[in-house]
Amino acid sequence: MKRFLPFIIVAAVGLITFGGGFALYRSKKSSAPAAPKDAPAAGIHVRGSNVAAPLVTVEEFGDFQCPPCSMMAETLKKIETEYGERLKMIFHHFPLPVHAHAREAAIAVEAADKQGRFWEMHDLIYKEQGAWSKAPDVPSLFNSYAGTIGLDLDRFKKDVLDPAVAARVEADHELGASRGVTSTPTLFINGVALKPDETNPPGIHKAIEVALKKEPKP
Amino acid sequence: MKKPTPNEAPARARVILYSIAALFCLCGLADATYLTVLALTGETAACGGQTGCFEVLGSAYAKVAGIPVAAFGVAGYFTAFTCAVFAAFNSARARKLFALTVGALFAATLWLLYVQAFLLHAFCRYCLFSAAITFLLMGLVVASPSPQMSRN
Repeated sequence: MKRFLPFIIVAAVGLITFGGGFALYRSKKSSAPAAPKDAPAAGIHVRGSNVAAPLVTVEEFGDFQCPPCSMMAETLKKIETEYGERLKMIFHHFPLPVHAHAREAAIAVEAADKQGRFWEMHDLIYKEQGAWSKAPDVPSLFNSYAGTIGLDLDRFKKDVLDPAVAARVEADHELGASRGVTSTPTLFINGVALKPDETNPPGIHKAIEVALKKEPKP
Repeated sequence: MKKPTPNEAPARARVILYSIAALFCLCGLADATYLTVLALTGETAACGGQTGCFEVLGSAYAKVAGIPVAAFGVAGYFTAFTCAVFAAFNSARARKLFALTVGALFAATLWLLYVQAFLLHAFCRYCLFSAAITFLLMGLVVASPSPQMSRN
């Protein structure tokens, strides 16, 4: 038995390492959102497994430095998973002036979109909000996020300075203002704005269920 | 209580030493596995809100030919662990291979510390933990009794 003991120990550790690593990988992968299957129109950030013909469209006007928006991103991900192909999500930037780095964050996400990685950067920036919003050197942090999600860093750095990228953020902000958005997160379900006291998981579920019963095309 | 004979004493010291080495290897293995999973899922290590981890793990130095450096760490620590276990069970070849593996890990650690300190000017807490483990392992290799001593 003693002859085989080292083999047993090594095999057990190997299995535990592989199994643990695989379980961790799966748990992290399952919490990651699905990428959009269809390419969205330029300037519009769409996510969903059936963006061409969903029953309900949820639009969000969000600010990356707003803590409730970060929590809302998690909520919306769960709702998206729950409703599947019946739902389409649209994100619009609405950086509030009160948040010092919100506009920078929006521009970084737009710059990631130039390389087709909008949602990866969107999710990462929301997820790491607690870290970058207090960091002394936010741009270098965004650069490292870009590297983390596999962007071409030189191109990303150029795109961040591109006025056209900033203009896309401004255009979203103007769109929100024209639709009466004053705070974040503001949600529209099939074009109808949710009231602030309905902008919570039960309120969103209720509004989606009502919209599904009506079954209008967005 | 029975006193260990002159032949038993080095053998016991060897078992203790390589068991400690195996435990250190397990710590390094866990750290490297965690970092590999983060690299594969595209996530970053928060480092308690510090910026260093993002800068290090998101840098070009964090991958070699598209493979996360941490994955090489997993292979290295697992090899070192295997050798330590067999060395504890009195395999002379495993002792040599353990010293070689730890030497390679140590050299890689020195390079990665240089990259963090002088090229990136940022430190990753998980990488420093791995470096500390490698330094301890190197210390154990240096402190380990020579093969002649073990044989006597």
